[in-house]
Amino acid sequence: MIPEFGHFALIISLGLALLLSVVPLLGSFRGDQKAMAMAPSLAIGQFVFIAIAFACLAWSFVADDFSVALVANHSNSLMPTVLKFAATWGNHEGSMVLWILFLSAWIAAVAVFSTALPLVLLSRVLSVLGFVAVGFLLFSLLTSNPFERILPGTPQDGADLNPLLQDPGMIIHPPLLYMGYVGFSVAFAFAIAALMGGRLDASWARWSRPWTNAAWAFLSLGIMLGSWWAYYELGWGGWWFWDPVENASFMPWLAGTALIHSLAVTEKRGLFRSWTVLLAIFAFSLSLLGTFLVRSGVLTSVHAFASDPARGVFILAFLGLVVGGSLTLYAFRAPAVQSRIGFEWVSRESLLLFNNVVFLVATLTVLFGTLFPLITDALQLGKYSVGPPYFNAVFLPLMALLIPFMGVGPTSRWKRDTGRRWLQELVAPAIAALIIGVLFPFVYGGEFNLWVMLAVILAGWLALAMLRDLYMRLRSSRWRSIPASYWGMQAAHLGFAITVVGVVLVSQYAVERDLKMRPGDVEEVAGYSFTFNSLEPVQGPNYVADGANFTVLRDGKAVAVLQPQKRRYLASGQVMTEAAIDAGPFRDIFIAMGEPLEGGRAWAIRLHYKPFVRWIWAGAIAMAFGAFLTLADRRYRRARQRATAPLGGGLEAA
Amino acid sequence: MHPVRKQRLILVCFIVVFSTLAVGLVTYGLRGNINLFFPPAEIAAGLAPTGQPIRLGGMVVEGSVRRDPESLRVEFDVTDYQATVTAVYTGILPDLFSEGEGVVAAGVLDENGVLQATEVLAKHDENYMPPEVAEALSQAHDEATGS
Repeated sequence: MIPEFGHFALIISLGLALLLSVVPLLGSFRGDQKAMAMAPSLAIGQFVFIAIAFACLAWSFVADDFSVALVANHSNSLMPTVLKFAATWGNHEGSMVLWILFLSAWIAAVAVFSTALPLVLLSRVLSVLGFVAVGFLLFSLLTSNPFERILPGTPQDGADLNPLLQDPGMIIHPPLLYMGYVGFSVAFAFAIAALMGGRLDASWARWSRPWTNAAWAFLSLGIMLGSWWAYYELGWGGWWFWDPVENASFMPWLAGTALIHSLAVTEKRGLFRSWTVLLAIFAFSLSLLGTFLVRSGVLTSVHAFASDPARGVFILAFLGLVVGGSLTLYAFRAPAVQSRIGFEWVSRESLLLFNNVVFLVATLTVLFGTLFPLITDALQLGKYSVGPPYFNAVFLPLMALLIPFMGVGPTSRWKRDTGRRWLQELVAPAIAALIIGVLFPFVYGGEFNLWVMLAVILAGWLALAMLRDLYMRLRSSRWRSIPASYWGMQAAHLGFAITVVGVVLVSQYAVERDLKMRPGDVEEVAGYSFTFNSLEPVQGPNYVADGANFTVLRDGKAVAVLQPQKRRYLASGQVMTEAAIDAGPFRDIFIAMGEPLEGGRAWAIRLHYKPFVRWIWAGAIAMAFGAFLTLADRRYRRARQRATAPLGGGLEAA
Repeated sequence: MHPVRKQRLILVCFIVVFSTLAVGLVTYGLRGNINLFFPPAEIAAGLAPTGQPIRLGGMVVEGSVRRDPESLRVEFDVTDYQATVTAVYTGILPDLFSEGEGVVAAGVLDENGVLQATEVLAKHDENYMPPEVAEALSQAHDEATGS
């Protein structure tokens, strides 16, 4: 019965979402207070029912109800309970339910926390969000029903979850990523509502900023976890592959980064208004495009659970509707929200404009590289693939161009500044960064390395310029009076510097050796000696494995004992590499088993030495932390407390 | 100058500089960094360029995997049941690589018509076949049966 309850709850949720997308919106145009006031209750009701549907699905997984097709195909009675629960979203249908659950959670959160918004605006925002929810609920119910039964002929046991997904990282990576993806729908809804009303001002930006920052933070964490998971789970020690599915999550992040900065200008100075709206539409469209790429089966990867053409067509149609509809609305209404305020060349506005252009160009080049193979294939021009060298060649120079200006950002003034002031304020960090950057490759690597030098100069410049600004602020005002949004900005920008250092150092200094080894063999990699002690069979709950035992020594002292495994999962027969990693703040040692050679007497072994690889993720965590920190800023709370004061006070005055 | 006009000028300058930069980067990035897929039949027919990165896809011929006893060098034959091309790879093969299964190998074709592979990709799970391999095989099948 439980799965039927779930299915029914899903349908009720669709009904409520339909009402939400129509009634308050019509009410807002006809001035019908009652219709508009229904919006929050509908939003919360819709969330409650989708939560029930999700709970029913999760229950089916945890209770091993193999009469549900989804459970039979993606779970197994031998799996630990936590993994059974996580298996709920380790498949296409279930992950769509999770997606809708989070979307509804954001909608409900907007309904609960934005009671101070003018009713007209709130009802429109919720209606737009309701429309998005309708799209995905229809998608779930029409093309990928999670509650389908196999009756009669219920299998005795499930076919097991893809072993790649049987992992703690998998339990949290999709939820965080989805929180980010759908979070941009809030910024989108605010933008559309503003276009409908033709009013867009500083307080509008102040309303949408915390939501956008939160979505961006979740997306950052989600991408970071995906990268980390790929590093330790795929067994070959890479942390970013420019795989189309990674790009699918990276593009909304890039556009979202531009949006965050453009919202700052719109809030503080009332500028870039129509641009901000366009970016909000763009970021959300890229989220939808990501869904399309991942869910339609046009791409092949571990994420592409399904390749049902109906699904691809549905999402593509929905994408077309959202992009087409919002751009049409934008074309008609953008002149109404345009700003008429000037600024000088040398000003914070210019720097943020620069940020926006860089991130937009980066987004477009990644978009081009991701879609190029699909387009040439569709046009029958051949089956091309665009590899990491393209993305590195395009993306890295853009980021390198960005950082010199990033360092100036916090020190710069709005409206008008002078180059001489920048020079005076920042010459010290610039010289310090130059010295550190030039010396670092010699001190750390023992020889000159152009890329390391450039990266350390840039990252050092960014970090020192940020810290100098913080120091100046702390000298002139007490730390308690510094707003949370400033601390957040500091954390995020320093995080970026940390990630840059990690990316470049691990790319330049990593040592990777693939070797044939027998038990008893000793190999030397990057100053560490690896002893292959023994080879033993291992029995796991739902797999059997060959386990190796390595001792890692440095200068004769034991550093770590590492035990990589090669697993064979019983239900699916799938083989999995379980890497063993000794992690450290400045280096990782990574061992993975390749394949048995000579009938299992020897093995192909990967021995990797990866300096600074943790910095990549540490920086991403700092960025996400910074974005979360900005939510604590007092001015957002003040905006909320200002009751139902009408918006638009600072419309043209700002 | 009027501030709004000045602002527009800034904007236009940004756009011009960056679109030039972006186009330049993309052209530079694409040069030599994209590779085209070839089934063995087209390689055998001499349609594939030598000395340029390409991808080869098909089925690994049963019993064709030959390993070097001293290193991780491995040779295997890839077929679409019309023609067969040999690929050479040094390194660790993916977990799901096996004889009689679909594979995609990326690398450079040498003068002897052997693919010097730098990357070997196998399918992700038991049910999955790389779409380009599936298509190449079905085409080869169609041509073989004359339909």
